[in-house]
Amino acid sequence: MNFKEYLKDNIVYLDGGMGTLLQAQGLAPGEYPERWNITHPEIITNIHKDYFDAGSNVVCTNTFGANILKFSEEELEEIIKAAIENANGARKQSKNSAEKFIALDIGPSGKLLKPLGDLDFEDAVSVFAQTVKLGAKYGADLVIIETMNDSYETKAALLAVKENCDLPVIVSNAYGEDKKLMTGATPQAMVALLEGMGADSIGANCSLGPRQLRGVVEELLSCASVPVVLKPNAGIPKAVDGKTVFDITTEEFATEVADLIKSGVRLVGGCCGTTPEYIKALYRASKGLTPCKLTDKNKTVVSSYTHAVEFGESPVLIGERINPTGKKRFKQALMENDIDYILNEGVNQQEKGVHILDVNVGLPDINEVEMIKTAVCELQAVTNLPLQIDTADTCAMEAALRRYNGKAMINSVNGKKESMEAVFPLVKKYGGVVVALTLDENGIPETAQGREEIAKKILAKAKEYGIDKKDIIFDTLAMTISADSRSALATLGALKTIKEELGCHTSLGVSNVSFGLPVRDAINGVFFALALENGLSAAIMNPYSADMMKTYYSYRALKDMDDNCADYIEASSEFAQVIAPTQMTEKTKEEYKSELQSAIIKGFKEKSAIITAEILKTSAPLDIVQEEIIPALNMVGKGFEEKTVYLPQLLMSAESAKSAFEKIKEAMPDKNAKDKGTVVIATVHGDIHDIGKNIVKLLLENYGFNVLDLGKDVPPEVVVDKVVETNAPLVGLSALMTTTVPAMEETIRQLKKRAPWCKTVVGGAVLTQEYADKIGADKYARDAMETVRYAETVIK
Amino acid sequence: MTIFTKTYKEPPICEKEILRYAGCKEASDDVTELMHSCIDEARLCLSYKVCYCELSVKVEEDECDFGNFSVASGDLVKCLAGSNRVVLFGATVGSSLDRLIAKYSRISPSRALMLQAIGAERIEALCDAFCKESGCGVRFSPGYGDLSLQVQKKIFDILNCEKHIGLTLNDSLVMSPSKSVTAFAVSGKAKNKCKSCKKTDCAYRGAL
Repeated sequence: MNFKEYLKDNIVYLDGGMGTLLQAQGLAPGEYPERWNITHPEIITNIHKDYFDAGSNVVCTNTFGANILKFSEEELEEIIKAAIENANGARKQSKNSAEKFIALDIGPSGKLLKPLGDLDFEDAVSVFAQTVKLGAKYGADLVIIETMNDSYETKAALLAVKENCDLPVIVSNAYGEDKKLMTGATPQAMVALLEGMGADSIGANCSLGPRQLRGVVEELLSCASVPVVLKPNAGIPKAVDGKTVFDITTEEFATEVADLIKSGVRLVGGCCGTTPEYIKALYRASKGLTPCKLTDKNKTVVSSYTHAVEFGESPVLIGERINPTGKKRFKQALMENDIDYILNEGVNQQEKGVHILDVNVGLPDINEVEMIKTAVCELQAVTNLPLQIDTADTCAMEAALRRYNGKAMINSVNGKKESMEAVFPLVKKYGGVVVALTLDENGIPETAQGREEIAKKILAKAKEYGIDKKDIIFDTLAMTISADSRSALATLGALKTIKEELGCHTSLGVSNVSFGLPVRDAINGVFFALALENGLSAAIMNPYSADMMKTYYSYRALKDMDDNCADYIEASSEFAQVIAPTQMTEKTKEEYKSELQSAIIKGFKEKSAIITAEILKTSAPLDIVQEEIIPALNMVGKGFEEKTVYLPQLLMSAESAKSAFEKIKEAMPDKNAKDKGTVVIATVHGDIHDIGKNIVKLLLENYGFNVLDLGKDVPPEVVVDKVVETNAPLVGLSALMTTTVPAMEETIRQLKKRAPWCKTVVGGAVLTQEYADKIGADKYARDAMETVRYAETVIK
Repeated sequence: MTIFTKTYKEPPICEKEILRYAGCKEASDDVTELMHSCIDEARLCLSYKVCYCELSVKVEEDECDFGNFSVASGDLVKCLAGSNRVVLFGATVGSSLDRLIAKYSRISPSRALMLQAIGAERIEALCDAFCKESGCGVRFSPGYGDLSLQVQKKIFDILNCEKHIGLTLNDSLVMSPSKSVTAFAVSGKAKNKCKSCKKTDCAYRGAL
């Protein structure tokens, strides 16, 4: 019988700990246990056999850390081959008549993925792929990915399994006492991600004992439609008289775990501290229990690296602002590769209360595949909201879905054959909830009924790909009423029938309805309310629109979705708020030349923007820069150099100046106010610290330089290529660690060779004048202001 | 040998230390307000985890022999001051703070600066709390004096920091999460960290 069939109707017993047993047999601290497959095959085989004899149906190979980061290619192959042979030997020797399977065990790589660590996502996929291929080659029956404490790495491992073999796969994560992974994911988020990608079983192992893991297990059971696996520790290790003792007995362990079988867990075993005795006791304690039936939870869920968002009762808001359509300033940001602008749009919308961010970076003249990949990676470094990947280019869609750390929302598919054939395979492979537009080769049907027909067609086709209807959300297409006065009625009618008759969730791009009309927000707000009342589950909308937000909070309060109207009351302060520039007090007048200067010097970011917007009505943009912003910056800069102003204050002022500049830019988007010259900046290869570099960037921008920020961990040739491409006269390099200074030296060496015109300025915690001289830098700058001053001498 | 894991509650916060790490000799009201708002935000995402084991050590000249491995460092030998028991530990305040710092480093460097100062103060406070509880007054980390950063690799192999507290070592020997410490802790009275440091031109050198 194969594993998947056996899993259908049985409680599956896994094995227990390996490491603890090997230590008892003499494994030294720091020694790699995987090598024992080769050096001590009889010990490993005996441990596996003891587990089979104790009742285990599945033993996990001794390959927890067997990956290409720790071992050479040859040794890795030898280890995995031997590990599976050892397990096979045990299977033959064991007299137990139960079904027996061998699982290729895959643990964490030992590295954190970018942006938190230095392992690239694709490199992580390759690392796991090597192990998977060898496991399949030498005959493992299934794969178990276990003890993963990061959702992104878990995704990389599961993707590697799916792309390199057809074996069933169990995925188990290590949850902490806060019921989250170390990088923040909840059980709900993990279930969304892993079920979406087709894991055969999902669960928890290690870190805690069965009692402490109960909460996690209950949450997993409440949302997982696949069998849940549990491999807890034998409690928590304690030192007693110099010996390590785990704090629960075999019987307690067995009772606790058996109890969770009754709640619905289907695969059970143990982790650290557990031995064949624990499995034997567990087997005895749970003998005769009938496995709980699996139920399809039928939840429509997307997730980020921290949490899941479910579509259901309360409406879901999808922020529409990351989209260049009709936005001059956004287009400019895209053309200039100004990622920070996009990130700000993301963070600001999150602050306004949206649940999901739509990400659309398509423009005719840019490489959308690269841009969306960058946007997704950078956005998920600054916000924990789930993302909606919005693109018509399926290559860009795949690039984004692959890198996305969670189960994404996908925008969109439609009833055209070509669209479904391109998009559905991606939904199946990477998981996701896809927005389906009710249009096809014949256009958009005028009637609600016509749109429902297309919805049915889409559902049928999705089924062929194995995509459940819970993962499809229909957009019944809001069209402007200025062109056809009946169009809103058709949209609303379709919403209602799709919701009621097909039982599917719905979404709308609400703002389209008012296209061509004045005061669009008024129409949008009411249309949104009508749509909600007709069963709308989610809206792609502008969270900066007070009318939309008023509708959202009012609707929830009126429909008993907001206890004590608490959310409404909290949000209402913002509806009422009108921020106007305040009158300058007499004191301010004395101390500062103007209100804007005062705001910048004091570091009031929002106020600086508001005042700038106000005075732009009467003054020319460049006059404001010359007469207000620059003098204020100079005052603070001088104070910093004279040590009367400290770094945090300098930065607060710089940020305020930046927000003023942003308003200036909006007022003259076609002109580049920054024409002083280009400075390329980067944190060198191997170094992932970039606060210092970002501070330098902010100040250089304030002083009118065009800064090309290459980010952190940047290889020397990337810096040089950029300098050659842009003919930049100055490069700023930052390094924090002594171990990364050689990378700085190498960058300077290559620059001198290929871009001899270019000056270099270096900085960072470990650097000194002496160091800078040694590695051939033109200038050592102690702080950001010194860099600005140097830039002013280089670029005149 | 077993690796133990401990999770701590928030150790007491020293605002003066935070300001020192932020490069502030004195704080205006605006900066103090910034600090408080950053502390509030950081609190939601900080965790305090330590994994550790006890090692016995034999000293031969400038070499510390820990049984399975040895470390050449005259400064570590000095630090041991004849003690034959060492607690090897890894500590971290977690990756969520790094996320927060990364976020603000893109949208508000002043907050990023303050948060990273808070992180620096927090990880030191965590190490202090752990060392105090373990009866250790002195701790010595790779990169101090003549103790090579390469020793990090050995420490990570032994403590299995990734599995126990989610702490990893990058190829350039930088740790992720960034607000983390590994160290050999030795029993005895606490010493002034800055006073015993040889880098006298350090911008962060505290009051002696």
